[in-house]
Amino acid sequence: MPRVTYIEADGQSHEVNLEAGSSLMQGALDNMIDGIVAECGGSCSCATCHCYIDADWVDQVEPAGEMETDLLDCVSEPKDNSRLSCQVKVGDELDGLVVHLPTTQF
Amino acid sequence: MAAKSRCIIIGASHAAAQLAPTLRQQGWSGAISLISNEYALPYHRPPLSKDYLAGSKTAEQILIRPAAVYSKCNIGINLGVTAAAIDRPNKQLLLEDGMALDYDKLVLTTGARVRKIDIPGVDLKGVFYLRDLSDAQQIKMFTGIDKRAVIIGGGYIGLETAAALRKLGMQVTVLEAMPRILQRVTAPEVAAFYARIHAEEDVEIVPDVQAVSIRGDKQVQSVECHDGTEYKADLVIIGVGVIPNTELAEQAGLNIDNGIVVDEYARTSDEDILAAGDCTSHYNPIYQRHLRLESVQNALDQATVAANTICGNLKPYSALPWFWSDQYDLKLQIAGLSQGYTDVVVRGDIDGSRSFAAFYMRESKLLAVDAVNRPQEFMFGKRLIMQGTELDPAKLADDSLPLKTLLNQ
Repeated sequence: MPRVTYIEADGQSHEVNLEAGSSLMQGALDNMIDGIVAECGGSCSCATCHCYIDADWVDQVEPAGEMETDLLDCVSEPKDNSRLSCQVKVGDELDGLVVHLPTTQF
Repeated sequence: MAAKSRCIIIGASHAAAQLAPTLRQQGWSGAISLISNEYALPYHRPPLSKDYLAGSKTAEQILIRPAAVYSKCNIGINLGVTAAAIDRPNKQLLLEDGMALDYDKLVLTTGARVRKIDIPGVDLKGVFYLRDLSDAQQIKMFTGIDKRAVIIGGGYIGLETAAALRKLGMQVTVLEAMPRILQRVTAPEVAAFYARIHAEEDVEIVPDVQAVSIRGDKQVQSVECHDGTEYKADLVIIGVGVIPNTELAEQAGLNIDNGIVVDEYARTSDEDILAAGDCTSHYNPIYQRHLRLESVQNALDQATVAANTICGNLKPYSALPWFWSDQYDLKLQIAGLSQGYTDVVVRGDIDGSRSFAAFYMRESKLLAVDAVNRPQEFMFGKRLIMQGTELDPAKLADDSLPLKTLLNQ
């Protein structure tokens, strides 16, 4: 079970275990972490599960697909390390991953 | 808030899965009981006609939250239990098995059920509607390579199902009673686009045809139409819309008008009874009329409002409706409601490609956007609708001009 740390915009940090293979979005929902809304439930349709991959981990996470890249252009405060958490699957190789959550999903 | 107070939620739906944990987050310290006549924890319904049917997701993978979240939030879950009546004077919920449960707050997230059709043969084996997980589970047993499926109804559910069944290698025919598919929900241009795509994917779409009888000996064999045509079938799926589950509310004397009427705080005409999701009718300040929406967005947003109301934080509901539909490699995202449009402006090659946006205008204002494989047009379209400014159709149609540039900064 990979361990992931979600850090909210106000600095509050949540360290949780994810089922290997589940998405960063599902991990946040399963642990009642505010800051991930996930209106569409993970179908890469709504861009309300935006997060930032910690700089130390950016290279280890698979890059975003075309649809996701287009959606990321529309979120508020996009950065180079922006991702939609529904599209990031967390396997054991990402054990220890740190992600940061934005101030708003809208 | 008394520690012994109890909130009962009826219907294990998207709204319920949002509402129950949000109540806890907002500080509700009393009991929370979720009652459902289904046997599954709340699950995502949209994949039933898409990934679940096509086999790329399992029942467990479509759960909205795992069981652990409900136990962690101390939410009591009672599955396979049917609510029979609400006794408002005594603030009790009566169950079909004779039990009576006291409530302080009651929330109806009863959703909608399929509209049924009354033609001979609907009870044959292999004939289904599609709304619940159990429907999809049974349908899967009748799928198979080169088997024939006939779908009655060319709405989003029918078309998504057609795409999923094609993926499984079935031969698929869609029968639509109206002159075109998606008649109720899209412009003719968008319907023509989907008709072309389904033809390219070898789905046969037959408009203007009324199914009058389903034939077979125990098991379905064919569907007969009003003009005498007959379509062979190993599987028939009927998708002709839904009706809201308002009976409990109606029997309790709550206001009903095409859904359970709620105010902007998700309260029914009884302030201790709230409602959220497909079963409700609410006033939308953006479109300035009452709406009953069949959408995940509405279920989630209204449930959040209801949870806040119950905890004493009155936050009015005012959201732009949005929807999505996945078929083949097409992701359709719909922002807003197009009813009452006067013109449609198309950006992109709707006749030859698999990516475009259709802007529904009322005079020079944007009402709604249908965006196919165009997430930016969807996202910025949402904002343009909310801004409500006048827009130049020539600019909307100009694919070289990013939509972002039309926003007021």
